Amino acid sequence: MPEPLSRRGLLQGSAAAAVAIPVLGEAQAAAPGRPGRQKEQARMNAVGLTVNGREVHLQLDPRTTLLDALREHLHLTGTKKGCDHGQCGACTVIVEGRRINSCLTLAVMHEGDHVTTIEGLGTPEKLHPMQRAFITHDGYQCGYCTPGQICSAVAVLEEIEAGIPSHATEDLDRVAFSDSEVRERMSGNICRCAAYPNIVAAIREVAGEDKA
Amino acid sequence: MRPFTYSRAASVEEAAKTAATQGARFIAGGTNLLDLMKLQIETPTHLIDVNHLGLDRIEPTAEGGLKIGAMVRNTDLAADKTVRRDYAVLSRALLAGASGQLRNKATTGGNLLQRTRCPYFYDTRMPCNKRQPGSGCGAIKGMSRSLAILGTSDACIAQHPSDMAVALRLLDAQVDAVGADGGRRSIPIADFHLLPGETPHIENALKPGELITSVTLPKPLGGTHVYRKVRDRASYAFALVSVAAVFGKDGRSRFAFGGIGAKPWRTDAADAAAPSGAAAVAEAALSGARPTAQNAFKQQLTARTLASLYRQKGA
Ligand SMILES: Cc1cc2nc3c(=O)[nH]c(=O)nc-3n(C[C@H](O)[C@H](O)[C@H](O)COP(=O)(O)OP(=O)(O)OC[C@H]3O[C@@H](n4cnc5c(N)ncnc54)[C@H](O)[C@@H]3O)c2cc1C
Ligand code: SF4
Ligand code: FES
Ligand code: FES
Repeated sequence: MPEPLSRRGLLQGSAAAAVAIPVLGEAQAAAPGRPGRQKEQARMNAVGLTVNGREVHLQLDPRTTLLDALREHLHLTGTKKGCDHGQCGACTVIVEGRRINSCLTLAVMHEGDHVTTIEGLGTPEKLHPMQRAFITHDGYQCGYCTPGQICSAVAVLEEIEAGIPSHATEDLDRVAFSDSEVRERMSGNICRCAAYPNIVAAIREVAGEDKA
Repeated sequence: MRPFTYSRAASVEEAAKTAATQGARFIAGGTNLLDLMKLQIETPTHLIDVNHLGLDRIEPTAEGGLKIGAMVRNTDLAADKTVRRDYAVLSRALLAGASGQLRNKATTGGNLLQRTRCPYFYDTRMPCNKRQPGSGCGAIKGMSRSLAILGTSDACIAQHPSDMAVALRLLDAQVDAVGADGGRRSIPIADFHLLPGETPHIENALKPGELITSVTLPKPLGGTHVYRKVRDRASYAFALVSVAAVFGKDGRSRFAFGGIGAKPWRTDAADAAAPSGAAAVAEAALSGARPTAQNAFKQQLTARTLASLYRQKGA
């Protein structure tokens, strides 16, 4: 892999330049015709999060979504921005043990929270079982939706384990794994490449249901 | 998003007091408000985070009902043991809405207050009386397929999008709120959502600053609970038509409808028609409907959905 030329490498390389961004912000604040910018720049909020086990402290414009905090401020670009409106699931991360759309929540609302992104689930050297299963079953093509799919899938198996019902559950008191449960529960993760059957196969394997 | 300041409320009373100031809004799950703020349809200048006020509990009431905190997440409400057993129609309606990720954030209060999905409301280049009072309604002569056929006006034909609210309407829930002056009151769900009339931008009975603290359900009805949602795809889509029903053993049943009304729709006449069968219920419920050419199909779809529920119940 030509790592130095990868997009991730480039983004991380530009991380050093990120210190300059607040300065840029102030320049914008002085720009004419943008009333309110000045005041808003003065009001940065301090936010402390634990991301993938690491404590981080950020100074953020309150408008910063959790997704933008992860990608633009912490340079964890595994989490993707698809629609930015809660419609695609590409931004799915696990916060305090639950999967959520990181594009529809503000970072400032998560003071003290534990966040797990795709980077925290596993690494290329030490893959999470769900990551390995997605590879085994070809659960992706372009891969853009994949980090969100995998975070969602990990949480879905925990939700089934915890007895949380879904629209596909016939008896609300008896929640069990099935392909239709997986399809319904994963419906918040859209895949433009339509890798759906292979995604279901990957999740089935991790659930230990493919041996039966 | 337009700039805003952010604070966490320390108490229910403080939250309501702060919210009464110009430009301030509560934020709960944020799944509707932030969506609309990104489009600059909502432009609050101050957000009050009400997630840390202890409003996240589900408790039995002295009357044998259930008090649901305004911050209880849709996932937790649907999965609650008592709700599953005694108010299954509410679990079913919640689970038919949005996605697993969204339900993990969406709250009981926020869900009740979610705004319409009318495409013109979302498109800031288009006229919309709800978004911009007096600008006209783009939908009445435009793309109205998804919109309401009941309770509409010449100013607005938007549908109420919530699934949860349909079940709460069926169950005769009460919305408990605290006002900017600290005063508390309960609003019957039937009076909570307002019809558009001449003022489609006023959508509910809350006063400025008023905070929903809980939603209270009366004691369980028994019977068979069902929620049937018909939509353009099998999951993760808003309702074209939905029907919530409780079929009683004595033939007495009740019905509430989503997707067709300017607010969660329920009529005494439809409930009274229950013993006469699905067609009679549909006729009663749809009385006074004002469909457009594009959404007239919702009448037949409502009748068919009811027929299907009657068959399911009979089986
Ligand atoms: C892609 C997508 C698909 C969806 N599909 C469905 C669906 O199929 N069915 C369905 O029913 N819904 C659906 N939804 C909507 C979802 O249910 C709502 O966004 C959610 O319930 C709103 O709750 P929230 O807590 O996030 O509200 P917020 O966004 O935090 O708040 C919404 C509004 O309520 C106000 N508010 C919040 N809490 C209180 C309170 N306690 N007192 C007073 N005011 C308050 C806020 O100021 C704001 O104006 C969908 C949403 C998305 C993004
Ligand atoms: S139907 Fe209502 S929400 Fe839609 S464009 Fe007309 S006024 Fe706006
Ligand atoms: S980017 Fe968050 S759901 Fe699409
Ligand atoms: S793999 Fe391309 S979008 Fe899912």
